[in-house]
Amino acid sequence: MDDKPRHLEPAVDGEPTSGGRARNGDQAVLGELLRRSARGDEQAFAQLYDATSARVYGLALRVVRDPAQAQEVTQEAYLETWRTASRFDPAKGSAICWLMTIAHRKGVDRVRSAEAASRRDTSYHDANTTIDHDSTADAAETAFEARRVRTALQGLTSVQREAITLAYYGGYTHTEVARMLDLPVGTAKTRIRDGMIRLRDALGVGGDRHE
Amino acid sequence: MSDIHALSGAYAVDAVDDVERASFERHLASCPTCRAEVASLREASALLADAATTTPPPALRDAVLSDITRVRPLPPVTVGGPVHRRKWFPALVAAVVLALVGIGGAVWQPWRDDTSVQVSVTDQVLQDPAAERYTEELPNGGTATIVRSAEVDRAVLVAEDMPAPPDGKVYQLWLQSPSQDMISAGLMPAGADTALLEGDADDAVGAGVSLEPAGGSDQPTEVVVLFDFEAA
Repeated sequence: MDDKPRHLEPAVDGEPTSGGRARNGDQAVLGELLRRSARGDEQAFAQLYDATSARVYGLALRVVRDPAQAQEVTQEAYLETWRTASRFDPAKGSAICWLMTIAHRKGVDRVRSAEAASRRDTSYHDANTTIDHDSTADAAETAFEARRVRTALQGLTSVQREAITLAYYGGYTHTEVARMLDLPVGTAKTRIRDGMIRLRDALGVGGDRHE
Repeated sequence: MSDIHALSGAYAVDAVDDVERASFERHLASCPTCRAEVASLREASALLADAATTTPPPALRDAVLSDITRVRPLPPVTVGGPVHRRKWFPALVAAVVLALVGIGGAVWQPWRDDTSVQVSVTDQVLQDPAAERYTEELPNGGTATIVRSAEVDRAVLVAEDMPAPPDGKVYQLWLQSPSQDMISAGLMPAGADTALLEGDADDAVGAGVSLEPAGGSDQPTEVVVLFDFEAA
């Protein structure tokens, strides 16, 4: 698997990037690229793609699993991002959050609308493995952010971690997660919420954002 | 903490079904605490993608950049936001409805067999100046508008650029009761872009359109769009 940082995190607007990502500066740049895209600036959108495609495609692949479908989901997500870029409001969230929310929803819609009986039957075991063993994570193994996220996930209780892994990476609803983990329905959604709050606090994002 | 607040985490990571999503979004419209929490949890969830990066094939870049040359970015929203997107373009909707009214009978599709009565009820709903309008975007970029008249106590769906259902499937219409149950409001006639919903619309708290096997279903299977009558 190709792990060259230039593919994962190319320079945007000539700014130098090292292996890790300068998150705040990165966010400001992505937000500006989104705003320019909203005005029809295709070049800005190409830069946005270059700076984010490994995350979008990686997430799509994680959720839908099939590379051909993951490419379609990625395509749909970027098209939707282009079309709705004017709706992005930096006061309500970061640019990467906007993009990943669209991408995740597209992936989830894909797996849920597909007559995915085979996936439902066979994928529980895969979805239930911890992300440390996931081959798709190899590309980012050395990336600072990936390590930080994995460390934060390891800080959760095992039930929180399993519930979030199934919900976010697996695309399952909290009701399905409850059934898969033999939890009462109310408990699964509570574990997802508790775990996400803990993850948010460990990663130090968005805690003080108000509309 | 009431039950509905506890759904914020599942909502933030898309671990809810369509009906739960609609209910929670109705709640979000009136709960700033949950809005702030969802926003912060979404930021955290976006970082989870950092642990799953994979370089896409180079051809995908070309496909994406070629796609966007064919799609016009939407104009900015001037009122409301993602949560209150029911009334984005009231003037545009009004214009569409007026245009449809103007074209007259040629546009109206018969609903079941007593065409004359139904067309006239549809007309009454669409011409009621006090009727409420709820517009939602369709997955393909088209729009669907529910026009609900308190006076007539009925609702009409007006679709624009709604794709034909896949082979063997039909669009089924739903009204959501105050107890959140989805009650069938009939099937959308093939090829129609306007349909009168069966049932009293005045008590309904929402409406929906779903894709169903021919003949329809007792419960929505594949939800295409949901309307929330109680959002601000």
